[in-house]
Amino acid sequence: MISKENDTMTQWIDVCAADALEPDDVIRFDHEGQTFAVYRTSDDAYCATDGLCTHEQVHLADGYLEGRIIECPKHNGRFDIMTGAAKGAPACIDLATYPVKVADERVLIGLG
Amino acid sequence: MTPATTTMTRDRPHRRDYGLTGADARRAEATGLANAKWFSANVPRAALKSMMQRRNGPALRDTAIWLAALAASGGLAAWFWGSAWSIPFFGVYGVLYGSASDSRWHECGHGTAFRTRRLNDIVYNIASFMILREPTVWRWSHARHHTDTIIVGRDPEILAPRPPDLLGITLNLFALKAGPKAIAHILLHATGCLTADEKSFIPATEQPKVIRTARIWLGLFGAVIALALATRSFLPLMLVGLPTFYGAWLQLIFGVTQHSGLAEDVLDHRLNSRTIHMNPVFRFIYWNMNYHVEHHMFPLVPYHALPQLHAAIGAECPPPYPGLLAAYREIVPALIRQRRDPTWHIKRRLPQRAVEA
Repeated sequence: MISKENDTMTQWIDVCAADALEPDDVIRFDHEGQTFAVYRTSDDAYCATDGLCTHEQVHLADGYLEGRIIECPKHNGRFDIMTGAAKGAPACIDLATYPVKVADERVLIGLG
Repeated sequence: MTPATTTMTRDRPHRRDYGLTGADARRAEATGLANAKWFSANVPRAALKSMMQRRNGPALRDTAIWLAALAASGGLAAWFWGSAWSIPFFGVYGVLYGSASDSRWHECGHGTAFRTRRLNDIVYNIASFMILREPTVWRWSHARHHTDTIIVGRDPEILAPRPPDLLGITLNLFALKAGPKAIAHILLHATGCLTADEKSFIPATEQPKVIRTARIWLGLFGAVIALALATRSFLPLMLVGLPTFYGAWLQLIFGVTQHSGLAEDVLDHRLNSRTIHMNPVFRFIYWNMNYHVEHHMFPLVPYHALPQLHAAIGAECPPPYPGLLAAYREIVPALIRQRRDPTWHIKRRLPQRAVEA
């Protein structure tokens, strides 16, 4: 189900139920030809980045999340999920990040 | 064309272009083999997450044992220097230095051995020096090896390109081919240059690191040579530098089993990699890289969790080899046959259940 809600300039897109994402985990979310990685940290913060590693286009949702760092499943390139900053070779190019909020027990990603 | 010429052409083994900028590299890109989607066994996310958990404990323990064994064997070899008693100690020291360092280099390069990133980097750099693998060059070449495993023209780490160079592989039991090549590359890099192949997989931003490390290493080797000259003794070189050569044999024996003789240009690690059962001593030296199909399919799983992963995906994989001997009974005839027919390869049989799925 995709529900849309306008919040001034941001278009909020429904991702999943808040409890569908466990603490310290990540899921893949595809929307209009784009793929995203949506994270829930161990201290219950939610955030989102581009879904594909900037090194060789592998889905980060299959990777390993520890604290604020997501590690690419193929080559172990590392990114800070809060800032998108590349933190370790072979990842050299930062990821884009997107706002995330939880409303009515749903996780929403802010696009547009 | 005379019949003699025809015979020569037919008999000459066809050699594909294993370079990273040649015809087969272009072919791999054109046919979708480069950076492609690979088969992955079905492992529940929760189980995979649990196996991917990083821990410092196992690698701290194993590294302490490794370093202590290096210090003890090296110390005793030096103590008995000049007598035949030093030979077995150099034998042990050489294997720990020139072979066990290979798997430390590998696991710490992936960043999975330790939970603490800095510990991975420290051991990675020490092990890289021990096996003469320049850390930045090999970090990037190994990333490509994982993207395009045994894809001709893409994978820079194909150990037995066809037709296999059997003499070269044998010489590498003592790093006699790979070692001089590595030294030539270090010298080249120290002058500030990289090869065209290296430029194809190392980003420009990382290339200065290659040059800096090559210069530091030359300085270190210069210091060891100076010490040997000052003391008029080979002992310093027997402890630093030469073990890369005289201790390389076990690394080569392990390394050949990973992919040699198997299929090229397939997008399924079960068809181009081997998993072999090994005894605990070999598994300590090799840091469980005998679970090679598992490692390639899920490179985020640390070495200490690979036996668990092996159990989890076993039903979808060909049966593992019962030991090194069984693997070599297949590999040696295969490599000899590939000398005559480079198109031939060993075909691994997938379990029926996995094929039907």
